[in-house]
Amino acid sequence: MAAENTTIFSPQLAARFDRLVTLYPVKRSALVPMLLYAQDEIGYISDAVVAEVAQRIGITELDVRNVVSYYSLMRTKPVGKYHVQVCTNISCMLRGGNELLHHCSQRLGIGHKQTTPDGLFSLEEVECIGACSWAPAVQVNYDYHENLTPESMDKVLDQYRAKASK
Amino acid sequence: MAYLTTHPDVVPVISFRFGKGAADIDRYLELDGYKSVRKCFEMEPDAIINEVKTSGLRGRGGAGFPAGMKWSFVPKESAKPKYILVNGDESEPGTCKDRLIFEHDPHSVIEGVLIAGLAVGAKMGFIYLRGEYRFLIEIMEKAVADAYQRGFLGKGIFGTKHDFEIVVQTGAGAYEVGEESALMESLEGKRGVPRIRPPFPAVAGLYGGPTIINNAETIATVPHIFRIGAKEYAALGTERNGGTRLFCLSGHLEKPGVYELPMGYNLKKMIYEVGGGIPNGKKLKAVVPGGSSTPVLLPEEIDIGMDFDQVAKAGSMLGSGGVVVLDETVCMVEFALRTIKFYQHESCGWCIPCREGTDWLKKSLTRLHMGGAVDKDIDQIKYIADNMLGRTFCPLGDAAAMPTAAFVKKFRKEFEDHLNGKGCPYHPAPDYELATV
Repeated sequence: MAAENTTIFSPQLAARFDRLVTLYPVKRSALVPMLLYAQDEIGYISDAVVAEVAQRIGITELDVRNVVSYYSLMRTKPVGKYHVQVCTNISCMLRGGNELLHHCSQRLGIGHKQTTPDGLFSLEEVECIGACSWAPAVQVNYDYHENLTPESMDKVLDQYRAKASK
Repeated sequence: MAYLTTHPDVVPVISFRFGKGAADIDRYLELDGYKSVRKCFEMEPDAIINEVKTSGLRGRGGAGFPAGMKWSFVPKESAKPKYILVNGDESEPGTCKDRLIFEHDPHSVIEGVLIAGLAVGAKMGFIYLRGEYRFLIEIMEKAVADAYQRGFLGKGIFGTKHDFEIVVQTGAGAYEVGEESALMESLEGKRGVPRIRPPFPAVAGLYGGPTIINNAETIATVPHIFRIGAKEYAALGTERNGGTRLFCLSGHLEKPGVYELPMGYNLKKMIYEVGGGIPNGKKLKAVVPGGSSTPVLLPEEIDIGMDFDQVAKAGSMLGSGGVVVLDETVCMVEFALRTIKFYQHESCGWCIPCREGTDWLKKSLTRLHMGGAVDKDIDQIKYIADNMLGRTFCPLGDAAAMPTAAFVKKFRKEFEDHLNGKGCPYHPAPDYELATV
């Protein structure tokens, strides 16, 4: 699909998708990365994303939704500008992951899968993010923050708050 | 940037280039990069496979299958194209080793894929990383682009007649996709549910073609085998367990970290000397030796060598090398519950024993932890776990059942202490409500 005027994506992302579908023996292999990169730009996987991705790959919207519902990184609703993902799996739990989640919840005034009223932060308890030796760990969007304490977590949140007000 | 942790007993083979800027292709070349694949161009495919067999390299993802033997299962002639698929979907709780390889030495993964390609006659490879590792995907994509630019990938690589393409693929958050057949489904743009076997991937895998699927650490080790010699590599480890591996030490330790140690390294020494022992003068209670799916070991069971065979003999598994250490303050019911919550969340739901079994186990353990359990709940946990074992399409069911059964068997008294009608006597559930993942 090269009709740039009909795409909902930026010209850069549209060009990237044009190339992505040519890399694999079958076009459909581009589906998971395409959805994730679309989500990064749009904020979530909207109906319009589903429609355009289905069209680009040549599958039905139902095929796309089937895949979206499987992967935990994919979401069909917007989250905060900074999505705070706290790991509480075993290695993090042993080093204070649960307490860190509780602390974030108190500080932000929101619970699991909720967003602050200003849309700045959202919170999610997540499964192992692969930072076990540097536990407890939190991912904000795609950035890792490791060896955290409630105090250092506050600094992390403050940094993002400052970044947003610039 | 995460680094390998140092200790005098560390043997740097796979980590030889860590911390030396080898993500830069020129630096990689200075550090003997792409020399192993050049050697392999001069070798017959069978000779390459035999070298890998001689090295004693076994799969670092968890199953420990001999890598050379896996490669030898690929048929020589195939009507469909053959593929190399690197499993970098690292998501077993307790495991954080592959990320160091992608961060510090991405070209070793590319070189390993090229060598595997020469050995089995494949012309295309995929490097699949978990979606959370976005910064590593960017590092890996740059390494691949640099390799194309130098003529190490693409048409006529290294000035030979060989062609080879590599695509870096992102996952999107699914533990199940670390299972090899689900990984192929995901790469084909589908839900990551496992395929029934046979046929095995070596015969009919990705897009129906013969496919080699290796863990990222396994494939990144291959160039080092040709760099230092297969016999020399094998000699670093123990019998039938060649070489070294990256061990991820986590939990209650003074010095948690990722360490490269010889296969067969003593677990007790790993905890007390390499990991610095248990903090705050606490006593050791238990060790999960190879990622959350491996059965727990008691303090009196840890004087063993960390290789696939010795850990199996001790009743557990070496798994993915994720050593999780628990001190005396941990409530084993709570720990078992957190473990099973993970498997319940990640079960793909494709087959019933796993989908229902993980859910039942979670409910029983939650009852025990929160109070309200009755004595038959404890036997019920064992009964459910026994009925999941070996009855699922893929090993996720086993991964949930095995550790749960071991927790009950080895800490039965502690489970019984939870039958007081009030719930956990050690770590009462906090008064705030925790989200259930």
